[in-house]
Amino acid sequence: MGKDKIELTQTQHSIKKSHSLLKHIKKEWKLYTFLIIPIAYYIIFKYIPMAGNIIAFRKYKGGSNIFGTTWVGFRYFNQFLKDESFWKAFANTLRLSISYIAIRFPATLIFALLLNEMKNLKAKKFVQTVSYLPHFISLVVVCGMIKEIVGLTGPINSFISLLGGEKIAFISLPNWFSTIYITSGVWQALGWGTILYLTAMTSINMELYEAAAIDGAGKLKQALHITIPGIMPTIMTLLILDIGGIMTSTNMQKVLLLYNPLTQEKADIIGTYVYRMGIAGGNFSYATAVGLFEGIIGLILVTTANTLSKKFTESSLW
Amino acid sequence: MKVKVSKSRKVFLVINFIVMALVVFVTLYPFIYLIAQSFSSDRAVAAGKVSFYPIEFTTATYKYVLKKIEFYQFYANTILYGIFGTIISVAATAILAYPLSKNRLRLNKFFIPFCIFTMYFSGGMIPNYILVAQWLHLRDTVWAILLPGAISTFNLLLMKSFFAGLPEELEEAAAIDGMGTYSIFTKIVVPLSKPIIATMCLFYLVGLWNEWFGPFIYLDTKSKWPVALWVRQLVEGANNVELGSGAEESQITTTIKSASMVLTSLPIICVYPFVQKYFVKGMTMGAVKG
Repeated sequence: MGKDKIELTQTQHSIKKSHSLLKHIKKEWKLYTFLIIPIAYYIIFKYIPMAGNIIAFRKYKGGSNIFGTTWVGFRYFNQFLKDESFWKAFANTLRLSISYIAIRFPATLIFALLLNEMKNLKAKKFVQTVSYLPHFISLVVVCGMIKEIVGLTGPINSFISLLGGEKIAFISLPNWFSTIYITSGVWQALGWGTILYLTAMTSINMELYEAAAIDGAGKLKQALHITIPGIMPTIMTLLILDIGGIMTSTNMQKVLLLYNPLTQEKADIIGTYVYRMGIAGGNFSYATAVGLFEGIIGLILVTTANTLSKKFTESSLW
Repeated sequence: MKVKVSKSRKVFLVINFIVMALVVFVTLYPFIYLIAQSFSSDRAVAAGKVSFYPIEFTTATYKYVLKKIEFYQFYANTILYGIFGTIISVAATAILAYPLSKNRLRLNKFFIPFCIFTMYFSGGMIPNYILVAQWLHLRDTVWAILLPGAISTFNLLLMKSFFAGLPEELEEAAAIDGMGTYSIFTKIVVPLSKPIIATMCLFYLVGLWNEWFGPFIYLDTKSKWPVALWVRQLVEGANNVELGSGAEESQITTTIKSASMVLTSLPIICVYPFVQKYFVKGMTMGAVKG
């Protein structure tokens, strides 16, 4: 309302602003000193590596300047874009992460809805606590367990031979990789993924359910018309995060622990490709170019998903 | 007055119960299997006889693993990295979160997005590796494990929102009494923030306990390895045997692998039922604040 009263010209405004900013810093400098070490940390360990991506366009020799020696333009990009194994890794990344989301996302939602229907609170608490367990277990142990379970002497193969079937060396067969990756991923994430849904469900007005029950709506109808709309913002937020993470969230460490030369053609993802080319192979600039490509697609995806969600629903990340 | 339970409702409850029981079983089964194997004889495991409980029960595997000096070395490393890393991380997160939680600090308009941006775009594996290994020369030192991930921006935002929720009056009163900014933080804010500090300690500690990739790429000297990396070597080594290479590792039997995995996870399995509520709280708090 009183907006035009304090209107100043642009220069007056900025002079006044910088002057008072100095005064502000002078007054609060002690609080600002808290920032020195952590912000230095952010600069060194987060922003310098970001700037270090410059070596995607520059030649880098081991031990030389972190930002490389000479400009080579898009040479490394042209190289990997022509590399067949890059495109394999690219396709595998998309295939693995999209199919993982397509299965994990509804599974988590359904599990949350079912948990919400449990009336015995002690039993509910027990199921929840158990289902969180895999989230806390080291990936190394998770992958070790996977290998034993699907191994030749493992329970799955014992069961197959019990039925008179032929044993299957799952871990060495490329076509089984995505099944192993996705199933174990759901096993790891199912319980933990319900937390945000269950929290959102507790804030739904109970009277809505009572009114619906009086109108004769069964539990299924209540779930479809009250619970799901009630937690829609949470569903959307998690979906944005998932879609935004399609390129980057495929668990590189897990693939690294699970794959082997026999399954590589179907298991190699961009993360493991970068690891092999860069850290294991020493082609730092080449691998950085691939990593940068992935990072930028990831950034575009998360921004797009966020913008779309802002437009069509009320929820967004920022 | 009790509402009459309809027949379809009853059917649903039974089905729901079965589904839940199935989820519990499937979640726990890999652990049951692992434990059963670790207490079985090599012969029974190799023949694929073990599925739910130990066959030819023996504690020999555990005796073998627990007699290995290197096992204690790795375990001690994990504990050491866990404790030191947690102290560094929690302290660094706290001193950053505190000023960021103060709305009156005008430069926060810059610093907050500065931190949040790193959640959506990061330097990537190779620039990080070059920075740590070739520029800072931290290769084969514990700092390569503890420093790069010292502050998690997600945790930072949790702590910031906790600080923002503390009553401002206490700090104002202390300032009027002549208390300095630093004393206010250590003597008033920190004691009031015990719950969030405990939560942060857990978050970082579990992360460090399970960490293997950093040590894998940075630690060349085996005696510096954490136990997770050692377990990885056992698992991979024995796997190479299956694939027909690595004769040296052929001593590692499946039972040894299983027992090591059980021993590595044991502290987490024992503690997590009691601490999971803090994780859940942290998750939901983070979601509210975004």
